[in-house]
Amino acid sequence: MAPALPRLLSAGAWPRPLGLHVLRAATPGPAGPRGRTLGSAAPAAQSEPAGGGGLADPRDRVLSEPLRHPDFFSVRELFSVRSLFDARVHLGHKAGCRHRFMEPYIFGSRLGQDIIDLEQTAAHLQLALNFTAHVAFRGGIILFVSRHRQFCHLVENTARDCGEYAHTRYFKGGLLTNAPLLLGPGARLPDLVVFLHTLNNVFEPHVAVRDAAKMNIPTVGVVDTNCNPCLLTYPVPGNDDSPPAVELFCRLFRTAVRRAKDKRRQVEALYRLQGREGPSAVTGPPS
Amino acid sequence: MAASCVSCGAAVSRRLLLRPPLSLAPRQVLWKAAELQSVPGPQILRLKHVTVVTTKKNVKAPRRETYTVDFIKKQIEEFNIGKRHLANMMGEDPETFTQEDIDRAIAYLFPSGLFEKRARPIMKHPEQIFPKQKAIQWGEDGRPFHYLFYTGKQSYYSLMHDAYGKILDIEKHKNQLQAKGLFSEKNKTIDLIGSRWLIKEELEEMLVEKLSDQDYRQFVQLMERLLQSGAAEEEFVQSFRRSVTVQSKQQPIEPVQRDAQGMAFSTSEGKRKSAKAEAVVYEHGSGRIKVNGIDYLLYFPVLQDREQLMFPFHFLDRLGKHDVTCTVSGGGRSAQAGAIRLAVARALCSFVTEEEVEWMRQAGLLTSDPRVRERKKPGQEGARRKFTWKKR
Repeated sequence: MAPALPRLLSAGAWPRPLGLHVLRAATPGPAGPRGRTLGSAAPAAQSEPAGGGGLADPRDRVLSEPLRHPDFFSVRELFSVRSLFDARVHLGHKAGCRHRFMEPYIFGSRLGQDIIDLEQTAAHLQLALNFTAHVAFRGGIILFVSRHRQFCHLVENTARDCGEYAHTRYFKGGLLTNAPLLLGPGARLPDLVVFLHTLNNVFEPHVAVRDAAKMNIPTVGVVDTNCNPCLLTYPVPGNDDSPPAVELFCRLFRTAVRRAKDKRRQVEALYRLQGREGPSAVTGPPS
Repeated sequence: MAASCVSCGAAVSRRLLLRPPLSLAPRQVLWKAAELQSVPGPQILRLKHVTVVTTKKNVKAPRRETYTVDFIKKQIEEFNIGKRHLANMMGEDPETFTQEDIDRAIAYLFPSGLFEKRARPIMKHPEQIFPKQKAIQWGEDGRPFHYLFYTGKQSYYSLMHDAYGKILDIEKHKNQLQAKGLFSEKNKTIDLIGSRWLIKEELEEMLVEKLSDQDYRQFVQLMERLLQSGAAEEEFVQSFRRSVTVQSKQQPIEPVQRDAQGMAFSTSEGKRKSAKAEAVVYEHGSGRIKVNGIDYLLYFPVLQDREQLMFPFHFLDRLGKHDVTCTVSGGGRSAQAGAIRLAVARALCSFVTEEEVEWMRQAGLLTSDPRVRERKKPGQEGARRKFTWKKR
């Protein structure tokens, strides 16, 4: 196999420019409607005799190569403990509001206010951003959820800017669990739900946390010291009340999603280019 | 659909005259052969009939019918073809056949005696007949097109989001100007008189989405907040307002006429209960009122009726300035007085400014009283009075 594709697929390859090499004709199949199975790739529609053996291979490699690296999209370089501290992410609520399950993530308490351990936050945040980027790379639907009135506009803008979806309004009961009725038959559910605020307006856990767990949808959530991190797949302990902190999180998620999508587009473009330059005896240029 | 037969066990005896046998739907009534009795004379025919009573069980509530895009397109094509046929039938040019021509043609070809206008035959563009529906919301890969799809009410929430965004922009702009010291307090408020906010049904129609009352109230509040923050987004706000016709402009004002002597006067009519009146009010006079040729003091001995006649003049402070000659028929004394009052008020409109006409309208002088005598109902002594209730 020509080295262009692996170079593109190697870790940290973003955003270096790549040289083009001729590969055997490999037609990327159209992205069919997939369920939320992130592991499988859609089987190739056409099988060409010359590239039959290698056709499924690049496709599989596109999807499986990023999974071999711990930080394929270099999300760790997007933030540092210092930048988290400057954005006041370490500030929690008063000790009386503390949730029992948040105690492992709390560094200590100063003058009655809980301080979140930023080392743990950094680790959790890296995992969460990495996961988000992988979901975006594989074309998954990401739903940003927040019920905080102050940041509703910001979250919706973030979602719109990265081409994903947002829900910062009143959450109707069966939206995830009764989707065919509420969203229409054949509607696709989100593949990842990102909570900028886990609590709703009455300081209770958002219904979507439980519903996503019921529907086997992975969740990423920023949990403050008064939140319950139990049902979230990737909790990120941090402040969710200060504007700088929320803006930082929005920026991080937006950048991660954008990077992943750009990477995917590059890979797809490379495929198409290699497919066009492939041997014309096999088939004509793919449409 | 289950059908259960209810058979009358006991024979229903009827006195039947000798009639030719009626042809009824066989499944509905089953006639057994009527046995003629041996005794001559009027025959009492005993019939045993089985009535089929259809009851609907387990019928689901009718769901809103969804029309596919292809179906609507086909309907539009059929409508256009039908329009051309209709134009040819009526002998008119198919190219310049408007909707009004269609309505007239249909009313001519299919005359209907039905009172309900909506039950009469219509031929309109399918977009006006079939309710607007949302097209499919997601693409081939299943990803929805709109970023607020998962909220359920994407158009409404996107509208709220945009409006709020505009408010934030205006405030940011204002802060920048204030920081530079260029902010001026000139209040360019948008004129709200003569227009009203969209009602909830109109908004639902515009967004093609169902809204709750709470949503509608939030929308109106947000729009008003947008108005308060500045006059920058005028077109955006005006797109959600509809003009309201000023009521007083609808009041028809009688033209002023001149009689043989050159005296200016105006005539109009009034009704009350079953009394009809026609009044002629002269512009310059000394407050004389003649009713059916008789002076009003003699025609209306009761003070209350005379006060009714005086009220329009008293309201406009023109008590001794006009002469009135009127004719009235029907009704009782009070009804006649009310009829004349209405006629006089309408006639006075021609001599008075528009503002005063509006005042008269608001005072109720120009509205005809809709109250008529309510009919007596059977089982009651009067229209409302019931018969005396006796406990035992």
